[in-house]
Amino acid sequence: MGKSIRLKKGYNIKLIGEASKEILEIPATEIFAVKPTDYLSLTPKLVVKEGTEILAGDSLFFDKQRPEINFPSPVSGEVVEIVRGAKRKVLEIRILADKTIKYAKVKVPATLDAENIKETVLGANLWSLFKQRPYGIIPNSVDTPKAIFVSTFDTAPLAPDLSFVISLNKDAFDKGLAVLDVLSGGNLEVGVSSSNPVTVSSGNTSEFSGPHPAGNVGIQIHHVNPIKSGEKVWTMGVQDVIVLGDLFNTGEYHAERIVALTGSQVNAPVYIKVKVGQSLTGVLSEKVSGDNVRYIQGNVLTGKVSHKEDTLSFHTSQITVIPEGNYSEFLGWTLPGLNKLSLSRTFFSWLMPNKKYDIDTNTHGERRPYVVSGQYEKVLPMNIMPVQLMKSIMANDIERMESLGIYEVVEEDMALCEFVCTSKIEVQKVLREGLDLMLTEG
Amino acid sequence: MEKWHPAFEAFETLLFVPDETTKNGVHIKDAMDMKRTMMTVIIALIPCLLFGMWNVGHQHYLAFGMEASFLDKFFFGSLKVLPIVVVSYAVGLGVEFIFSIWQGHAISEGYLVTGLLIPLTLPVTVPLWMVAMGAIFCTLLGKEIFGGTGYNFMNPALLARAFMFFAFPAFLSGEIWTDLSPEVGQTVLDAFSGATNLVAFDADYTQIQSAKDMFLGYEQGSIGETSVLACLIGGIYLILTGVGSWRIMVSVFAGGLLMGLLMNVLAPANVLTHAMHMPAVNHLLIGSFAFGAIFMATDPVTASHTQRGKIIYGLLIGAFTVILRVFNPAYPEGMMLSILLFNVFAPLIDHMVVESHIKKRLKHA
Repeated sequence: MGKSIRLKKGYNIKLIGEASKEILEIPATEIFAVKPTDYLSLTPKLVVKEGTEILAGDSLFFDKQRPEINFPSPVSGEVVEIVRGAKRKVLEIRILADKTIKYAKVKVPATLDAENIKETVLGANLWSLFKQRPYGIIPNSVDTPKAIFVSTFDTAPLAPDLSFVISLNKDAFDKGLAVLDVLSGGNLEVGVSSSNPVTVSSGNTSEFSGPHPAGNVGIQIHHVNPIKSGEKVWTMGVQDVIVLGDLFNTGEYHAERIVALTGSQVNAPVYIKVKVGQSLTGVLSEKVSGDNVRYIQGNVLTGKVSHKEDTLSFHTSQITVIPEGNYSEFLGWTLPGLNKLSLSRTFFSWLMPNKKYDIDTNTHGERRPYVVSGQYEKVLPMNIMPVQLMKSIMANDIERMESLGIYEVVEEDMALCEFVCTSKIEVQKVLREGLDLMLTEG
Repeated sequence: MEKWHPAFEAFETLLFVPDETTKNGVHIKDAMDMKRTMMTVIIALIPCLLFGMWNVGHQHYLAFGMEASFLDKFFFGSLKVLPIVVVSYAVGLGVEFIFSIWQGHAISEGYLVTGLLIPLTLPVTVPLWMVAMGAIFCTLLGKEIFGGTGYNFMNPALLARAFMFFAFPAFLSGEIWTDLSPEVGQTVLDAFSGATNLVAFDADYTQIQSAKDMFLGYEQGSIGETSVLACLIGGIYLILTGVGSWRIMVSVFAGGLLMGLLMNVLAPANVLTHAMHMPAVNHLLIGSFAFGAIFMATDPVTASHTQRGKIIYGLLIGAFTVILRVFNPAYPEGMMLSILLFNVFAPLIDHMVVESHIKKRLKHA
């Protein structure tokens, strides 16, 4: 056992609608849709056109800047439609799936080394399982990362219990970690929760305790082996490790994901087993009754706005459905607020620390300049000055951003800052603008 | 019609929490907003306001040597104090409205607090037209000239107070602290002195009132500043709700106490009544020290923004206040000037804190 790290800063948002630990298998739909827009700052170049017959795992498109990075089809079948938006931007590739899925076979080397692992993953069109810090982008395959980090628990609101997901795919998970251990040259760092530790077969483990964002890999990197200017670290999510391990076990890409269907608007929230690209309409119509609701792929802090007819994105492991907050509240800022969630104790709800809330999407006030100070610091367990970092980004001061440590954070790490912000500043949007600027100028 | 939007928005959001929903980024947001923040500060100021009303009446009847009931005193005080509060709000918010329509920016909630802070720092005898001048000065030169709440660098309420102090010294210093409006058939007692403790202690510190009286606030002074107890109640509420910075409050008190103790050590041994001999803790009770520490120094916009900076900023304010009081009897209320001075220095303090943070980061790298 490696280090044990206690984090004090942060905040657990307690919401209604946690998924119960049972799996609902969602019957396969006919049409699958893959969205190149799932990937950050990617210009896709199509490999297929309408009418192309493909196998599960075959490439659909690649990164125009880095043609070695391809993106796989979750199913076998025929490409039936390419949906384009403004300026012919590819929005969706629609595939009519076969009744029984046929898989493209990848040759898995008998003895693994860093080079042949990279070749295998690239050849399986699964390089996008990796993410790189800084910037949270898909890494270059020629780079050698300082370390590879995996967090085995998620502390976000209503997040799936990853130990449950791992327990269902123990073999693949262990294999995936073993592969990463070789790839990283022994520098695989695994973060486990001290209250619910999973058994980890490879890599160095560190135990973390504390409120959200303790489960975020970025926070764990900061406390285990912080990124310095110019260094690169790779990360991988638990479900992605499982896909990777499965690839090395079977030589095939199996696009199944276990997704927690959560939120106050979901009747009897459960885990569902679906494939990437699969339509969610059926299960969402069945499980969600209200109309005025927000569908989110991901959690309430970092997820993407979705809709009932959406298909499952590549990295999604949670779907949250909460009420929309498009109503006005008479003199709302004067009321005691027993049902209002706030990190501050200005609402009497703080007297009930264990209460679970049904929070809607209302912003509870308009955007203002920075007035209150000291809020962000309470929810960011890193040696980073968050407000000063935000201001340096707003001023486009690249040198300052770098010296304040922008390369250590991505949006999810500072999402709670946005949640607590009295001035309702769009922290994640500002941070991404700063990261994009660093990417293009840096 | 377009230009009326900020005014419309201000009225709308005064009555309703708007129906705005999140677009990108987080999907849910903390229920806290600027109005709630300001509302919390106003609630914290209520003990000071109520006590101030009572004390205005109390001091009035005391000067005439008249017996009066609690309600009499309170009623007299509210008749004198409420017009000042109303003028401060009406004029200040009026200027804000004009600016928001002219400049097209949202009306900031900051004045909800500033409008109450200004009356509490004034003597009850202040003419209403002067309150209006102060409120105009405060919103124009204290805030709007820089772009509104959040962009100003000096505490607007204190700026108004300082402006009035220097522009109309006859109305804001001397024996003006007690309302001496004539009472039928009564005359002011011969023993009445209009000198506050702040003035008294500089000549002979043994002449000030007891620590208990000063703590409870049975003394002459600005409307809302006399009672340390009322300030502390407000301060505890601010700390409890997380709206006020305990770092600043505690360090201002600590700075004042430490400097007071240093004064005691350095005090001239041959002049036993010298102000430097005053027990250090009295500095915290006298004048507007507590009010300034709790409500003025903690203004989040003009204070230091960094956690460590807040402590440095607070210590300097407390220490400098005591120095001003003891060595510069011309400006007995050192608190106001001290806070304004360190408002100006706050960005520099922050700059040094951030630079040292960056240096430490680089050392790790």
